[in-house]
Amino acid sequence: MSSATPPTGTGALAKREARLAWALLSPTVISVSLVVILPLLAIFWISFKPFTLSDLRPPAPVVRESLRGSGDDLRIEYRVRNSSQDIAVTGVTLTDVLPDGVTAGEVLAPCVLDGQDLFCDFGTLEGGYRERVRIPVTLEGDPDTFEDLIEGSEPSITGSGPSVLTNFEFSLENFARVFDGDEFWGVLWVTLFYTVFGTIGALVMGLFAALLLNKSFKGQGIIRGLYLFPYVAPVIAVAFTWVTLFDPFSGSANALLVQMGLSSEPINFFGERPLALIMVTVFEIWRYFPLSFLFILARMQSIDSSMYEAADMDGASPFQKFWLLSIPQLLGILSVLFLLRFIWTFNKFDDIFLLTGGNAGTRTLTVNVYEQAFAISNIGAGAAVAVVILMCLIAFSFVFFRFISREEGL
Amino acid sequence: MRKGYLTGPALGALWLVVIATTVAITMSFSTGAAFRPQVLLCLLWGAVAGLIYVRYPERHAMARLGLTTMLGLSALTRFGPVLIGSETSLQALLVTVFAMAVVTHLSLTAILRDTPFGELTRHEFEDAVIRFCTGFGCIFFTAIVVIPFYVMVMTSLKSQQALLQNPLDFSVDLSQGSALFRSYTELFRDFNFGTYLWTSFYVSVLTVFITLAFSVPGAYAVARFRFKGQKAFSRSILLIYMVPMIVLALPIYIAFSLTGLRNSILGIVMIYPVTTIPVALYMLQGYFRGLPTEVEEAGLMDGLSRLAVIWKITLPLSLPALASVSLYVFMIAWNEFLLAFMLLDDPSKFTLTRGVTMLNSSEIPRQHLMAGAVIATVPIMALFLGLERFMTKGLTAGSVKG
Repeated sequence: MSSATPPTGTGALAKREARLAWALLSPTVISVSLVVILPLLAIFWISFKPFTLSDLRPPAPVVRESLRGSGDDLRIEYRVRNSSQDIAVTGVTLTDVLPDGVTAGEVLAPCVLDGQDLFCDFGTLEGGYRERVRIPVTLEGDPDTFEDLIEGSEPSITGSGPSVLTNFEFSLENFARVFDGDEFWGVLWVTLFYTVFGTIGALVMGLFAALLLNKSFKGQGIIRGLYLFPYVAPVIAVAFTWVTLFDPFSGSANALLVQMGLSSEPINFFGERPLALIMVTVFEIWRYFPLSFLFILARMQSIDSSMYEAADMDGASPFQKFWLLSIPQLLGILSVLFLLRFIWTFNKFDDIFLLTGGNAGTRTLTVNVYEQAFAISNIGAGAAVAVVILMCLIAFSFVFFRFISREEGL
Repeated sequence: MRKGYLTGPALGALWLVVIATTVAITMSFSTGAAFRPQVLLCLLWGAVAGLIYVRYPERHAMARLGLTTMLGLSALTRFGPVLIGSETSLQALLVTVFAMAVVTHLSLTAILRDTPFGELTRHEFEDAVIRFCTGFGCIFFTAIVVIPFYVMVMTSLKSQQALLQNPLDFSVDLSQGSALFRSYTELFRDFNFGTYLWTSFYVSVLTVFITLAFSVPGAYAVARFRFKGQKAFSRSILLIYMVPMIVLALPIYIAFSLTGLRNSILGIVMIYPVTTIPVALYMLQGYFRGLPTEVEEAGLMDGLSRLAVIWKITLPLSLPALASVSLYVFMIAWNEFLLAFMLLDDPSKFTLTRGVTMLNSSEIPRQHLMAGAVIATVPIMALFLGLERFMTKGLTAGSVKG
């Protein structure tokens, strides 16, 4: 008698299910890995390379064709040059077809003429080197029409220079530059200040706003919608409004301060250290308190009211109810929000970029990426800063997942 | 501190500072004239008012009314809670006096309700403090939200000259008629804002559709099927939206420059959905998990294939969630700034946000910039207010995205 054993391994049905699952996921996986994973790898690659904005166009040979001369002394001229001043281009060849009715005279090396097909092999062009090929021709007909014909047909040219991106030379120069000097520590300190105070501020404001609206009254929906405005409106609109509002010359905030006697002269809110940093942090708090508010309110409204009734019976005062009942209930959502907002504030770029452009001591790590890559046009250094950001994020996400597995509430 | 005759004046004094500041700022912003709250006098007046409101309960209305009338009228002298500039119009004066008196009376009555003169119980004291904080909170939050938007709209209606002359004067001269909107007409006529509006619109709509097409099957697979790597997959979705956009934008910029996709709407439409697919997938899988499996299993038993089940059963059941996700994705795409800024240089292909950025130059007057901001804000606000229920749900579910 054979003993009955439970089946081991995955059955046919489970396999089919898994196959279907991956089939459904594949578009997402492919597109996301193309646009997220690949760029991330690229960032690591670039960060070890001396890559500047001008390297986006690798050196290449350039050719211009023209018909020169007049009468019997007609010639076609090809002018070939290297687009780069200092990097050699290898394997440069030129091919062109002479139009019918054009008879070429003597063709010198490096070119050969086979019928009407012209082929030139220039080999290597040094940086900044120019080459000129003259081919004497005789035309059967009007030179002007031939000129159009000859100059209209583009000769094809091959040859390529070494691209910084694809070679296998690596250097730590970018990282050395990024970590060099006091600048980096200044940037890091600004980032930390912005992140920590922006996050805590938004949470506290959100909690306060949620407490205000945590009772039912007429028009509650409208006020809740109103409080979400800063978050819903496009960042460019609100950022430029703040810049206008706090402008030192035509800003209403300054006019108000002067008129109320709080300040004797206009203050340049977004242009002075350390005020600019405080202002961008305040902006961050202003723009993102609605998010914490929305969450905390949702959590508050789901707290069991019988708990509060019991507390009322026991004679608890309103403050006691808040500290001893509401806060412990909200602690979970508050800590999840703190982690999420911390990471997102750390990643924030648009807001500071639009408000101050990273000037006046407001340059955070993310703004530094842009600054290095585009303002100083050293993409390699920008990528190195990006790598630093990614390292920080990996550290954060460890904490995050440790925590979120306990607080699966989200 | 828990004595009515201490609590009353303390709250009254602080409250009058709040009221006086509010009235002064409101009047300044609406008339442009000079209003200044006088903090010390406010504290004094407020303490007296608080004492009277605690000492004389509701039935002694005469004492209370007398005091607030005096308080209001004092605004006309140098000794009131609000100091008014000499060139203020009579109307504005009357409104200020009236507002000071009425608002102070009503709010103090509310705050110091049920607060006896003598010893207070813990409840009475804390209730009064909470009512004070509620009042302050309402004014504070409404002010910080409303003022920037008010300034945005009003600035867009002013002329450069008027702005520089008195930056506080937001009064609008209605007699100009349609000339009031000249910034807007200029933007649409000379700056192609009609095209930008349309570009932004269809880019956002396309983003929504592509995102849904990718994320619905993906979310369903994550929510319903058991397969190896499911857990790792859900986690990596979360991880992916923690990668900052600027880090991705750099290689994307390089790749697009090399392939010639930079400066094309196609490139933008290719890249936007990928930034929203992870969020949408995360939101939808949460919703799909909450749907009862029994309905779907019944469908399977009746001979529908899995894909037919998704199409005919799951999707109709999750229409509200789809609406929330669509709105949220639309909002992200509409508000997107960084990629549009980096990838688009050709003014004929700008999205709205990119177009507004272009207006931020010293050669273009401020009111044009603000008009651009209004044009970018109004559609998304209208959508938000009209579909607030879905939008709020979307915001809550998609919170992970900043």
